[in-house]
Parts: sequence; structure tokens; C-alpha cells
Amino acid sequence: MSGFIEIVYFVAAVVFILGLKKMSSPVTARDGIVWAGVAMVAATLVTFFSPSVYGHGFFNLLLIVVAIAVGSYIAYKSAKSVEMTDMPQMIAIYNGMGGGAAAAIAAVELVRFAGGHDIGGGTVQLLAVLGALIGAVSFSGSAIAFAKLQGLMNKTLRLPSHQALNIALFVITVLFGAILAFSGEVGGFTVFLFFLCALALGVMVTLPIGGADMPVVISLFNALTGLAVAFEGYLLGNAAMIIAGTVVGSSGTLLTQLMAKAMNRPLSNILFSSFGSAGGAGEETVEGTMKEIEASDAAVMMAYADKVIIVPGYGMAVAQAQHKLAELVQLLEDRGVTVKFAIHPVAGRMPGHMNVLLAEAGIDYDKIYDLEEINPEFPTADVALVIGANDVVNPVARTNPDSPIYGMPILDADKAKNCIVIKRGKGSGFSGIENHLFYAENTRMLYGDAQKAISELIAGVKQL
Amino acid sequence: MIEGFTALYIFMLAAFTGYEVISRVPVILHTPLMSGSNFIHGIVLVGAMVALGHAETGLEMLIGFIGVILAAGNAVGGYVATERMLEMFNKSNRGGAAK
Repeated sequence: MSGFIEIVYFVAAVVFILGLKKMSSPVTARDGIVWAGVAMVAATLVTFFSPSVYGHGFFNLLLIVVAIAVGSYIAYKSAKSVEMTDMPQMIAIYNGMGGGAAAAIAAVELVRFAGGHDIGGGTVQLLAVLGALIGAVSFSGSAIAFAKLQGLMNKTLRLPSHQALNIALFVITVLFGAILAFSGEVGGFTVFLFFLCALALGVMVTLPIGGADMPVVISLFNALTGLAVAFEGYLLGNAAMIIAGTVVGSSGTLLTQLMAKAMNRPLSNILFSSFGSAGGAGEETVEGTMKEIEASDAAVMMAYADKVIIVPGYGMAVAQAQHKLAELVQLLEDRGVTVKFAIHPVAGRMPGHMNVLLAEAGIDYDKIYDLEEINPEFPTADVALVIGANDVVNPVARTNPDSPIYGMPILDADKAKNCIVIKRGKGSGFSGIENHLFYAENTRMLYGDAQKAISELIAGVKQL
Repeated sequence: MIEGFTALYIFMLAAFTGYEVISRVPVILHTPLMSGSNFIHGIVLVGAMVALGHAETGLEMLIGFIGVILAAGNAVGGYVATERMLEMFNKSNRGGAAK
């Protein structure tokens, strides 16, 4: 039986890699996840027959079945019912659960070790502790990321000398970890303190990071969880966990780098400094005033334009306005207006978030353009319609070296002949930076919830 | 049991594989892909089952139990979320082709 289990694990590992490969192309992506899903079910089923599960008494087996049922039920219900717009934080929470599970595996083994069991010693023990540390940080950090994106925690919290505290906490955690990793005998209390510190570290590291940087952080935690799973795989001598975990660890790291690059901020910047700590940048005054526009006037501008470029942002996602937007686009196109979408790499809360939403609304791929493709077209556009986007169209990223977002590539909506900005209120955006675009001569503000505002635009266009 | 350098080789090869598999991926797939790789580390469920399986004391069982719940949540939640996202790409594909 044990040989058969190994074969299934091996095949599962191969299928995971192939599935991931398929997921990196839009045409085959769906097959990729289904393949990986089948492999996961197979790996789970054969594990029931592994000697350490099957041979250890009925009660443990019962616990396993109950736990799987409970975890699956909760996750299935939440994943099925959640709105597409809330997907980023759901990914964060599922990822955190994986990290927590990796930490729990290490905890069980370390408690067994404290109770006198041999868990392998040497390198295995070191990796187990390392995996536990990473997994626990990923668990509590993801929980904070979830709370922030879900709006349960709006402020970025920064304690006095936060950085020094973090370093101190890190050193203490590593010290406890070293005791666990290198001594031949440990007490249960040390295990407890170690996990407490590691969990606190995850919270402390994530707290000062602003919501705009969250996608990168979630991606990083995703990679970290993969690594933690791989390390726990060494502990249990499970090749499937090692391979799948490592593949996720390295691909996740690459993905994180791609995202950080898209925002033109080095990863270290995101992790160790936060918006608002830059100081001074907020003091400069903005020239001009914000000029309001009525929806009916905005509708006229767009209906008689030759070319409209739409810049969707998180505001569109929050308002669930993508379906209304698709209707508006259809109306405009029927009138002969060329409509294009400009997607900033980090628009919304995650790279590709906007694409997912626009796909949901049935808007064709070929109308959707990346930053590099669309930026040269803004000067020829009659109207740039910015829907609930802020930092990604803020021209200070080009002009003001003191600004915290200076150097981030932005969409040049300000270069369009006219710019209409749909925005909920007059406050500044997620990062808290004033947006000079809103004060520009050719910009008009259309205040209101995106869904309502677009409905009014539709009504306006229909009347013409 | 996987020993010393063999483990290191596995680790290195898997790391390169992950890097290569992802390296040419369009931006639109970043989120689904993150979600998909999130699902794949749900394989931690297998390890959590083993940990709970050989747990002996009450404390070990409690931690193991929580571990399996979390791991199952990771796997199932990751799958459903990814599947729902990719479903949409399929829909818009068909819609585009029909026009």
C-alpha cells in the first residue's frame, strides 16, 4: 500500500506542475485548475491509507473526517457566496489557513518532541521550526491583510519606533526557534512562546502596510506559505508536499516581484516603509479647484466623442458597476464611439482584478489594454472616464519627486482632451495622497457611487 | 524518508520549475494564478492528516484538528475561488467568439 501511496503522491506532484503551467494561459487555465483539483482529491484519499493515519486508531480517523468536513464546508460556502470584488481578501484568508495548517503540523510534531518522541532531529528539526515560523507569520499576517481589505481595519497602525520593535520581536522569535531547532530536549512552554512570538510578528509586520500595497503582500504570503508547506514536507518525509510547496514558493516569489515591479517600488520599500511616513509630501498645496459636472452633461461629452478611454479602479469594483458599465459601452459603440479600457497593473486590489470583473460583465478582451499599449493613445482621446481610480492616474507620480508614489508608472488620463472622474466623495484615495488630476483644468468631477453615476450616464446617452 | 542532499536536489529542481512555469504569464492571469497556486499549497492537507493521524495526547489532537480544518479550508476555498474566476474568462471567450 505504501508504494501505491508514493506513486499517487508522485503523480499528483507532476499534475500540480502541469496544472500551474496550464493556468498561465487564458485558453487552458480552466483545465489547469480542474486537473490540479483531481490530483488533490486523489492525494487526500490515499492519505487515509497511509500507516500513520490508518494504523492509529478509530478516534483519530474520525477526527480527521470531521475536520475535513468542517473546513471544506465553511470554505465552500464562503468561496461560493462571496462577491467577485471581495476575491482578493478571500485569497488572503485561504492562504493564511494554509500557513496556519503548516504551523499546526510543526506544532503537533514539536509537542510530540517535547513529550519525548523522536521526530527526526538535525536538519529535519531545523526545517520544521523554520516552516513553523514562516507558516505562523503567513497565518497571522494574512488575517490582518484580510481585515484591512474587508474594511474591518481601516487605519494603517504604526506604533512609536515600530521598526525597532519588529526587529526585537524577530530576534526573540528566532532565538526561541533556535532553542527548538538545536536542543535535544525542549519544554512545551518554549514551543508555546515560540508560536506566540511568531504569530505576533506576522501581525506587527503587516499592520503598518497600506491597503494599496496589499496585493503584493498577499502574493508574498502566498509564496511564504508554499515554502512553509515544503519545509513541513521534509519533516513528514512527504515528497508531494515538498515539490508542490517549493513550486508555489518560487513561482509566488516571481509573481510578487512582477507585481512590485509593476508598482515601481522595491519589495523592501513596501515591507519596511509605509505611505504617510514619508512626511512633507502632503504639505504642498494643489493649485486650482475641483470642478463638478452633471451626469447629463458628461453623457453628452461622451456620446459625441470619437474616442473614449475608460480607466476602471477599485471604486468600480466596490460599487459592482461593471455590468452597468458594459451597458454604457454598448450604447456608446452603437453611436459609433470607439471605446477602450485602460488597465493599470495594480488597479483595484490585485493585478488582473479589473480584468476579472470586466470579463464577468462580458466585455471583450480586445478592448482591454495594458498601460504601455494605451498610454500613447490618451492624447488622441476625447474623453478619459476614470471610475473610482485614484493613485494610478495621479500625475504627481511623474512630476513630484517628493511624493511617495513618485516613479510609479501611471495611466496618463490627464493627457486626454477631457477627463471625467467618477468618485464617491471629495476625500483623497487609499494612499491618502492628493490627486492633482482632480484639480486639472480639463478635469470634471462626477460625484456619486459608481453604479448610480453610470446609470445616470446611460439615461443621459439614451435621451440624446 | 528523504535524506540530506536528495532533499536539496528536489528543492532546487522544484524551485526552478516553479520559476519557469510562471515566467511568461499575461497580467490578466496574475490574480487567478495567485489563487491557483494558493490552491496547490493546499496539499498541506495531506501533512495535516498525517499529523492528526498520529497525534496521541489531547493537546496534539486539538492542534492537529485545527490544522486539518485550516488545511481543508485552504484546499477547498482555493479551488472554488480559482474555478469561479476562471469560469468568467471562459464565458467571455464564448461571448467573444459568438459575435
